[in-house]
Amino acid sequence: MEWVNSAVQGILLGGLYALFATGLAIVFGIMRLTNLAHGDFTILPAYLALVLVGAIGLNPFYSIPISMAIMFMVGYLLQRSLLNRLVGSKIAIGVIVTFGLSMVIQNGLLLGYGPNSQGLDAGKIENMSIRISENLSIGWLPLIIFLTAVVVISGLQLFLVHTRMGGAFRAVSDDHQAARLMGINTKHIYAVAMGVALGIIVIGGTMMGIRTTFDPLLGNQRLIFAFEAVIIGGMGSGWGTLIGGVILGLAQTVGAQILGPAWSIFAGHAIFVIILAVRPQGLLARTVLAKGVAS
Amino acid sequence: MSLLEVENASVYYDDFQALYDINLKVEEGEIYAVIGANGAGKSTFLRTIAGVLSPRRGRVLFEGKPVDHMATHMRVVHGISMVPEGRRVFPSLTVDENLEIGGYRKRPGPWTEEKIYELFPLLLPLRKRQASSLSGGEQQALAIGRSLMSNPKLILMDEVSLGLAPVVIKRIYDAFQTLLDSGTTILVVEQDVQHVLTVASHVACFLEGRIALQGAPSELTNEQITAAYFGV
Repeated sequence: MEWVNSAVQGILLGGLYALFATGLAIVFGIMRLTNLAHGDFTILPAYLALVLVGAIGLNPFYSIPISMAIMFMVGYLLQRSLLNRLVGSKIAIGVIVTFGLSMVIQNGLLLGYGPNSQGLDAGKIENMSIRISENLSIGWLPLIIFLTAVVVISGLQLFLVHTRMGGAFRAVSDDHQAARLMGINTKHIYAVAMGVALGIIVIGGTMMGIRTTFDPLLGNQRLIFAFEAVIIGGMGSGWGTLIGGVILGLAQTVGAQILGPAWSIFAGHAIFVIILAVRPQGLLARTVLAKGVAS
Repeated sequence: MSLLEVENASVYYDDFQALYDINLKVEEGEIYAVIGANGAGKSTFLRTIAGVLSPRRGRVLFEGKPVDHMATHMRVVHGISMVPEGRRVFPSLTVDENLEIGGYRKRPGPWTEEKIYELFPLLLPLRKRQASSLSGGEQQALAIGRSLMSNPKLILMDEVSLGLAPVVIKRIYDAFQTLLDSGTTILVVEQDVQHVLTVASHVACFLEGRIALQGAPSELTNEQITAAYFGV
């Protein structure tokens, strides 16, 4: 029964990783930008929630839509003012600039809040769980996070396939020069994509802030988990990202079960390396956004 | 007023000058052919009109208004559309979706997806197929259809017959009359001069970044064209 428990917790944890990874996948899929500041952007919404909770006494859950609007704007303006200059330049330039951005965010948070851990208090829901048997109970919060990931990724797929702007996203991802020749303002599309990516980050980032404590330097680890989930699933594939997140989560919890809790993170990395060696294009690489990368 | 006027345009790639003082006028409702050998500057010229490149000196006027500093996507809004060299269809999108993206700006006009399928019936059974799975000729038809979906006043076609079977080339050239009837002016770049000279009302032969010969094909002799083409 302990095994079942580890597996269930691992799957639910995977939902969180998928939420973190989705924004990374959008940005890479459309702009071909490797965003090293992505992990720090997942921390930012937790601090934003801290501010909103402190200022107007909001339940951190309700801060999510407000933070999403704010982070969408931040993403849009960041892309238009800074990151659009990088599109089409060498990959290393984007890596260096976003690494710098990561430094700015980490040190900004350190200046503002210090190195100590912070937490968000969402009330009773944090500890409520559904008890299935003596050894198996499912926490409401991890369950909500997982279901949110499923809803977000389905919503994103529907958006990409069925809306005018979603079509433009895919066209730009395929061939940005040809997209411009069709009348698409790629600078605007890139900026909206970054806004959407940072908007989605808010959901996972805030919920993670409710679930555990956070500090300004946690972003690096989250960046690695997000990368691993994206690469396991296949670059730019929506459902692949969810599967990648789940595999990573499972590897960590089941690995901890077999090897002991200290080996949890290691087990995740080990599975990632094995999949990278065996199937470097990821498990579900051949979906819409992945095309240009795979070929 | 001509639909398109290019005045003394000089275009560079960094330090390399690709076009020298190009002067050219395209009248509404005609087929204008730009011919020349490889590297003569034909594609550079088309890309300058589409806004991918900007002239360092000189002007490009569309319907009498300068468009030199207008972004590529805004030129589509004003009615300039380009069928790029190498087709450049969106490989992961279906044929239908490629046409939808072509109509992204929703410019009013006669072209709809149904009209495109009437023009190129070969595309109809492929509607739901990914563009990457199409043959070269099918992709070329799709690229032209996608461009037409923006209801352009001026369509720029870059080497549309390159690498295609003669029967497909004929089908594409047959479609030109339908385009003219719909009110679209055609500026076509070709390396293969035989076919294009039979349909064009004006021709400009590019040689090493300059226009070596310009006029109506009926008034030009084969010797003149050959001399201008090869620079002998």
